[in-house]
Amino acid sequence: MASMEKDSVSGQMTTGHEWDGIKELNTPLPKWWVYVFWATVIWAVAYWIAMPAWPTINDYSRGMLGYSSRADLDNELKAQKQARGAWLAKFQTASVEDIAKDKTLLNYALVGGKVSFGENCSACHGSGGVGVAGAYPRLADDEWIWGGTLAEIEQTIKFGVRNEHADSRQSEMLPFGTGDMLSAEQVGQLADYVVSLSTKTPAAGSPGEAIFAERCTACHQEGGVGSKDLGAPALNNAIWLWKGNNQAAKDMVVGQITKPKHGSMPAWAGRLDDNTIKMLAVYVHSLGGGQ
Amino acid sequence: MSVFKHHAKLETNVFFLAVGILLSVIVGGLVEVVPLFTIESTIEKVEGVRPYSPLEQAGRDIYVREGCYNCHSQMIRPFKDEIERYGHYSLAAESKYDHPFQWASKRTGPDLARVGGKYTNDWHVRHMINPRDVVPESVMPGYPHLMRPLNYAGIAGNLTALKVVGVPYTDAQIMNAKKDLEEQAMSDSPDAAVLKSYPKAKMGDVDGNPKVVTEMDALVAYLQVLGTMVDFTTVKPEKIYR
Ligand code: HEC
Ligand code: HEC
Ligand code: HEC
Repeated sequence: MASMEKDSVSGQMTTGHEWDGIKELNTPLPKWWVYVFWATVIWAVAYWIAMPAWPTINDYSRGMLGYSSRADLDNELKAQKQARGAWLAKFQTASVEDIAKDKTLLNYALVGGKVSFGENCSACHGSGGVGVAGAYPRLADDEWIWGGTLAEIEQTIKFGVRNEHADSRQSEMLPFGTGDMLSAEQVGQLADYVVSLSTKTPAAGSPGEAIFAERCTACHQEGGVGSKDLGAPALNNAIWLWKGNNQAAKDMVVGQITKPKHGSMPAWAGRLDDNTIKMLAVYVHSLGGGQ
Repeated sequence: MSVFKHHAKLETNVFFLAVGILLSVIVGGLVEVVPLFTIESTIEKVEGVRPYSPLEQAGRDIYVREGCYNCHSQMIRPFKDEIERYGHYSLAAESKYDHPFQWASKRTGPDLARVGGKYTNDWHVRHMINPRDVVPESVMPGYPHLMRPLNYAGIAGNLTALKVVGVPYTDAQIMNAKKDLEEQAMSDSPDAAVLKSYPKAKMGDVDGNPKVVTEMDALVAYLQVLGTMVDFTTVKPEKIYR
């Protein structure tokens, strides 16, 4: 091992290592690097003191600034609420009808409703409320099972349909093809009549008409116009809830008479706040078929 | 500064270098790990969080098996935008019985921490079989094979293993695991025994086949309980500040 010596070219000390005449310089780190290094060390110590950092046996150091990301969030939310305060306060007291009449509020509602609809409703009702054939109703048309006024829509959204909420909309169509209710032949005749209703060419005097009058009008009403109170859809048009894309209308009707399907929608009260529900009602109402 | 001049002595001696490395690793490890076992304030004190029912736990295992965490997180961060979209931010308490937790870090699909109750069972089944049946623009893969029967012969063993790592299942819960699982999947009675052991469990057949407990029944029961255990209207915000 050679001894440490001053290198004549660079003026630096060597490390004392030498391989085949090549000596290793012991160049110190650049000054700027060393200063930055010490600055980070000082920063770290200051941070430990100011911010929550160190675990202790069964707690942690809170730091002198007492920072909490969750408290921070709550403050941010409060500030947001304040910024929105002017129109939020109006929303709080306004009915859905008031909102629809006031141009500024309406604008807020349509924008907010659209966003919330995309997050919460479009998975079932499709983007823009187009619905899913044979599964989820289209909201962008003027056929309503439970009613298409602002207040009716608001109630449907708030409490949902056939769920566990105490105020949920409820109704049930019982199976008619079982026991001694209707024979298979009668079910066929009845289905033919319902299909004729839907094409607006009701088969007057057919055996199906008589069965319909006896068994079905209590809910679906005379002429199949439907009942919003009972959630019985209108049958006098070709808008179906339960008809799949490639299914014949008659097959679907036979299926519904013998093994009725029932749509169910969650209640949104509790999950969404009242203001959001109002915005959604106004938005859905605006999709095309609001009454 | 003269002590820094002597670092060469430490660095050029294999023995001292090894001891030095060992010491720094031990100190770093202890400082990071030990408090996790002793800090009580990490886990918020909130009511309602309970161990998963056997059916939910079986569904959770399917969630892990199928790798849903590759596209879905279960961690609503305390940011304004996130809570506006998904609901209240996630608490540590809400995943204290998760082994392994499913926080995840990739969101190809939405966060699922509060998906419980958002959709109906019917929607979940359609969506799991083929997401494009209900969401035409979805890129999520379909999981139609989940309609096969669930293998739950070893469910009591699963609960026992979880108990070993600290999930407080009682002996009675472990003994009744199989019965509870079948009851939750097949009965929708509001007086079911499984509801006493596991409040808020979503009861009833999910996939239209009440005679067989399928993997779909289990997975949907799990999804439907996510984020529903804590009633946030009863939680004081200041109590959960961290
Ligand atoms: C899990 C699927 C699902 C979700 C999510 C859902 N709905 Fe529904 N919705 C349904 C079903 C099914 C019906 C039909 C109920 C029936 O058969 O009577 C329905 C009916 C409705 C109706 C009544 C339609 C009518 O013809 O009277 C409105 C309005 C409505 N939904 C709005 C919404 C809004 C707004 C949201 C989002 C906050 C939403 N829905 C989320 C499934 C869903
Ligand atoms: C107790 C009331 C009630 C009676 C009686 C009743 N229905 Fe219904 N029906 C309903 C309800 C409620 C629905 C809607 C289910 C839903 O929203 O999912 C429905 C839905 C239908 C549908 C599906 C509509 C669609 O848009 O897809 C058809 C078809 C139908 N009923 C035919 C009949 C026929 C035919 C009869 C007579 C045998 C009958 N219903 C008797 C309540 C009734
Ligand atoms: C390739 C990525 C990917 C994988 C893997 C995946 N998902 Fe998804 N998931 C998505 C996307 C994208 C969406 C949004 C579109 C949709 O609703 O289908 C979604 C939506 C969902 C939703 C609806 C969430 C909401 O709030 O609307 C649920 C529930 C869900 N997935 C469950 C699962 C489960 C359970 C698994 C595992 C069996 C899984 N996903 C695997 C990408 C994925």
